[in-house]
Order: sequence, then C-alpha cells, then structure tokens
Amino acid sequence: MHFKQTATHKVMKPNLDNLVEIRQLHFMRNSRVIFEGININVTRGKVTAVMGPSGSGKTTLLRLIGGQLNPDSGKVVVEGENIAKLSRQKLYESRQRMGMLFQSGALFTDISVFENVAFPLREHTDLPESMIRDLVLMKLQAVGLRGACQLMPGELSGGMARRVALARALAMDPSLIMFDEPFAGQDPISMGVLVQLIRLLNDALKMTTIIVSHDVKETMSIADYIYIIADGRIMGEGKPEDLLQSGTPWVQQFIQGLPDGPVPFHYPARGFANDLWNETV
Amino acid sequence: MMKMKTVEITVGIFMVAAILSLLMLALQVSGLSFFFKEDGGYKIKAEFSNIGSLKIKGKVTVAGVVIGRVVNIKLDPDTFNATVWLAIDPIHAKKLPYDSRASILTAGLLGDNYISLTPGFEENKFLQEGDIIPMGSTDSAVVLEQLISKFLAGQASGGSKKSDPKTGVEPVSVPVP
Amino acid sequence: MLIKRIQLLGRIGLAFLGDIGRATLILYHALVGKPDWVHGFGRLIQQLYSVGVLSLVIIILSGLFIGMVLALQGYTILVKFGAEHALGQLISLSLVRELGPVVSALLFAGRAGSALTAEIGLMKTTEQLSSMEMMGIDPLRRIIAPRFWAGQISMPLLALIFNCVAILGGYTVGVEWLGVDTGAFWANMQSAVDFYADVMNGVIKSVVFGTVITWIAVYQGNDCTPTSEGIGRATTRTVVYSSLAILGLDFFLTAVMFGET
Repeated sequence: MHFKQTATHKVMKPNLDNLVEIRQLHFMRNSRVIFEGININVTRGKVTAVMGPSGSGKTTLLRLIGGQLNPDSGKVVVEGENIAKLSRQKLYESRQRMGMLFQSGALFTDISVFENVAFPLREHTDLPESMIRDLVLMKLQAVGLRGACQLMPGELSGGMARRVALARALAMDPSLIMFDEPFAGQDPISMGVLVQLIRLLNDALKMTTIIVSHDVKETMSIADYIYIIADGRIMGEGKPEDLLQSGTPWVQQFIQGLPDGPVPFHYPARGFANDLWNETV
Repeated sequence: MMKMKTVEITVGIFMVAAILSLLMLALQVSGLSFFFKEDGGYKIKAEFSNIGSLKIKGKVTVAGVVIGRVVNIKLDPDTFNATVWLAIDPIHAKKLPYDSRASILTAGLLGDNYISLTPGFEENKFLQEGDIIPMGSTDSAVVLEQLISKFLAGQASGGSKKSDPKTGVEPVSVPVP
Repeated sequence: MLIKRIQLLGRIGLAFLGDIGRATLILYHALVGKPDWVHGFGRLIQQLYSVGVLSLVIIILSGLFIGMVLALQGYTILVKFGAEHALGQLISLSLVRELGPVVSALLFAGRAGSALTAEIGLMKTTEQLSSMEMMGIDPLRRIIAPRFWAGQISMPLLALIFNCVAILGGYTVGVEWLGVDTGAFWANMQSAVDFYADVMNGVIKSVVFGTVITWIAVYQGNDCTPTSEGIGRATTRTVVYSSLAILGLDFFLTAVMFGET
C-alpha cells in the first residue's frame, strides 16, 4: 500500500506541499459546461473548502478527484499522479488512500454499523478478527458512536449515519478525506459535532481535508483556505478572513447570503408584462 | 453468522434437489442406460443396398427388444453400398448366430427406421467384434415411393401377364437392388 | 422529414450499440481477472440463496400446475385418437425441450432478475456503489460478479427442478386421476426422450437463458438513473428485455438444436 517514495518525490518536487493539484480543468456533461479552466491547490495537512451555489458542480469536482469521472481537458493530480491516466488497478489502489464521505452517508443498509466500518478492513486486509474488532471500535470511539455498533443503518439518525460513514472512511487511515456537503440538512447539535470532528480529526490524524459545502458559516469556521466556484469558474479564493474583508461583489453576495445582487433573483425571462398578456408560455 | 449457516444449508438443499432432478430426468424420464456407450458394447457391421432414413442412434432390436444402437453409417466407395455399424449391448455379446439376418424396418406407418436382427440357426459360430453381415443376408429399407411406382408398373404390365413372378406377386418383400 | 426519421433511427441504433458496449464492459470488468476464492465463495453462496433458493417456491408451484394442465389438455386431445398412452411422451418432450427452460426462465426473470436490478439500482441510488469505489473496492467485482455467477448457476438448476416437478404433476393427473397406464406412461416417455438430445439440450438452453437474464438484470441495475423512478423503469426494462430475449433466443436455439430432424 505504500507509495513508491522515490518516484513520488521526483514528480512532486516543485509542489511538495500540495496533495491535490487541479490544473486548467475543463469538464462538460451532456453539452453543459460544468468547469471551464479551474485551478485548485489542496495543501497537505490543511482543510480546504470548495464553496458555491447548488448545481455549480462541487460534487462533480470530488468525483473528478476520486477518478470516478474523467476531465475533458486539464489534469487532476493526486499525490503526484494524474488520476485520469492511471490504470484501473492503480486507480483502485490510490483510492485506498482517499476517504470520501457522501452526502447520504451511503452506508450499506444490509449490514450493521460495526460491519459497515469493518467492511474496508475486511476487503483490503487479512487482519485477524480480534484486530479488526479493535480497529473498528477505535474508529467508532473517535466519532462517539461506539455504543451504536450493533445498530443497523436504518435505525440511525441522519447525523449519526454521517458519523458512521466518517468512521468508515477513516478505517483505512487515508491521507486525503473528502466531505460532500457534510452539514446539509443537519440539526444544530449534529452540525456542531460534525464541524468539530472534521477539524479535530484533520489535525489529530495529520490528514488533508477537502470540504464541499454551501453552508458558509460552518465552513468558514473550520477551513484554512476557501475556493468559491460558480458558472464553471473560480469566483474567489483565499483564507476565510481575507474573503470576508475583500472579494468581489459576487463573493460578498454569496458569503452574506443576499437575495439580490450580481446573481439576480429572477431566472432569465422575457418581460413580465409580456408574459402576462400572452397566453402561451 | 448464525444466519450464514442456514443460508448454506438451504443452498445445499437446493443443489441436492437439482441433482436429484437431473438424475430423475436421466433415469426415469429419458430411460438413459449406461450400456450403450459407444465403446461399451461390441460392434458388428452390416451392409445394405438402401438404408432409407435410418439414422445414427437408431434402435437395433431382436424380437422387438432393443439390444443396441446404430453408431455409424458410411458409404462403401467401391460397391456403393451402405455400411452400418451396430453397437450391441455386451450382455448379448457373442451369442448372436453367425448367419443372423439384419432388416431395416419402419416403426408404425410413418415412424423411424430401425434395424431388426433375426437370429440364424448356426449353433457353433457367433458374430464377433468387427464381423460383417453381408448383403446376402440383409433386407434393405422399403421405400414407399418405389413401392408405389413398382406396384403401378406391375398393374400396367401385369394386366396381360398375371403370372409374372418377379413383378406381380410379391413386390413388398423384394428389395430394390 | 425523411432525414429526421433516418436521424431518429440512427440515434436509436447508436443508443442500442452503446448499451451493448457498456453491458459488455461491465461484464468484462466484473469477470476478468484474478478471482478471490476465499471471500468469493461465501458471497456466491449468499447470492445463490437470494437468487436461487428464494425463487424455488414459485418455480415448484408453477411447475406443478403446468405439468398438471399439460396432462389434462394432452389427455383430452390424445384420447380422441385413442393414443392416451402417449401422454407421457407428450408431457415430457414438451417440458424438457421447451416449456421447462422457457417458463422457468420467464419466472426467473420476473422473480430474481427484477430483484437483482432493484437491489443494484438502489445501491447505486443511495451511492453505496460510489462509496465502495471510493474505498478502493471495485463494485463490479464485489457486487456484480457474484450475482452474475449465482444467476447463471441457479437458472439451469431451477429449470431441472421445474421439469421434474412438472412431470410428477403430469404423472399425478394423467396416471392417478385420468387413469393412463403407469407402464405405458413411463415406457413411452423413456423411448421418446433422449438424455443428450433432449434433456441436455434443455439444460444448455437454460444456461444460455440464465446468462442473458442475469446479464440484463445487473446491467440495468448498474446503468439505471439514480432516482426512485429510474429504479422502477430499470426493473421494468429488465423483465421486458429478458422476456423478449428468452423467447427470441429460444426460437434460435430450438432451430439449431432440434431443427434438423
């Protein structure tokens, strides 16, 4: 599972600090442009957030990093390797060093919480049962759900399911962990728990974290660096405090959640009066 | 893991049921017997001038009892006769008299052709592996069309000469050369 | 106008080719490579249970009734010609050659094929397949492959059981109820049915059907639109496509196997 240290070193030399580098990424889906030429650096050991309105392709970005989608042009480099160019087998190997937390949690519904967390360990290692048990309980302890280990996923609340999924994503001790909308649809308490967990785990386990979210306040509170994307471009980037200070009107509108501004309230349409008089839509 | 055990047991039962079904289909339904494997029995040859629609796997009977199968049919390139290989159940091996007759008969009016062996009277010499029943002691298939045309021809010419022994009297038993 | 029609035809053709290509790729990635015997066996058993054992009830019941109906219908016709002793032959040949493989495959498509599609489609919709991919576990090999093998193994076994039960059902009605002679029933059957030409060809048919049904089912599940409506449509497509494929292939296989005689 260990990386060929020498090879990595040579390629990574210019930007040793960046675990993920995205260069001039273009991506289209069904002739709809999702990204046109974005550049993103994810620094090792930091929490990097990608924010943007719904439908701006944030989840697509995570799938591109995970190699589930391939860019039309440009490249996505993770640990010095161009993800799109990897063979199927290499890709699966490099994914073992990534953890991804899906919005829904994506727990396997037919096995218990314990088995869910044990799943990647059983698949990838030949550890004895007792060691798997210890590891799983450790991961569940880290997210505060050791007591729930015999429950089935259907019996968990949304926030708990997401924490179990986090424990499962941590099972293989990944160097990179990606969160897809971790705060969406959470009550204030589980939101607080998740915010704290993400920051603590990132620092304690020396991981690199990418968060994709549109929850401005929570993301601002834990991110080290933020990219704001919309319309396939990067609209603003910087440390949270810098973004608050400066930034274009667009960024200000997004951060402060103003209903009208550079992004109009109305979807583009012909004149209102015209529409009212015309029967046909 | 308790559940895994029941799963395995039911899958096992499923498999056993399927194998039993196959056995029943083999033995009870298709009446498969393991005697007539090609190399199991011993083979004799028979020559016919016309085999009709006899096919490989056709029955070989003695007194109506199946004792073997047709395993191969070839044309003799020199004499233009058909040579038929018969695999005989080893139980009856070496007990068929040497002068047995082989006739190609039809099961029912429209059924398949099969070979009927009529044991001869030789008591000391028996058919051995590879022995041949010559043209002289075989009856070829009766082809219905030939029979009819022959019968019609017999009617036409036989109107004046009723006593013609070759065409008029017994057209059915005379094989067409 | 004509150009538009031709364009539409072309689009349908391309979509169809794309489907076949993706389905082949899925199968290729799922099946080619080093098999994992240690874990794979347990998974196969698990799938044999949910695909095969759980289909047993419907297969056995349908088999029983089809055999009984065949005997009833066959008897009423045969008795007119005074040929009721050929009942065994009629039942066994029509079952072993045609009805057994085809009807059990249709039932299998409805019972197991749709369940497979729905299961895989739901896994896709709830991102379980994606998350498995991101864990570095290939869902094609972990999820699709054991289901495919299980379907392929189960189908001929189910068809054999179906045949057997149906013949017993026919025996019950024909011999026990309508009074056909037992000896004539079995003897005619045995002289008419050839083990290799009839029984084994039927088994070959059901192996082909099993492959096609499971292939369609796992492809539709894996390729469905990840919404609840998408799952519903994919499930319907599985049943419709597999049924059509079964009937079409059956004609083709029958022509190849039994066409000469």
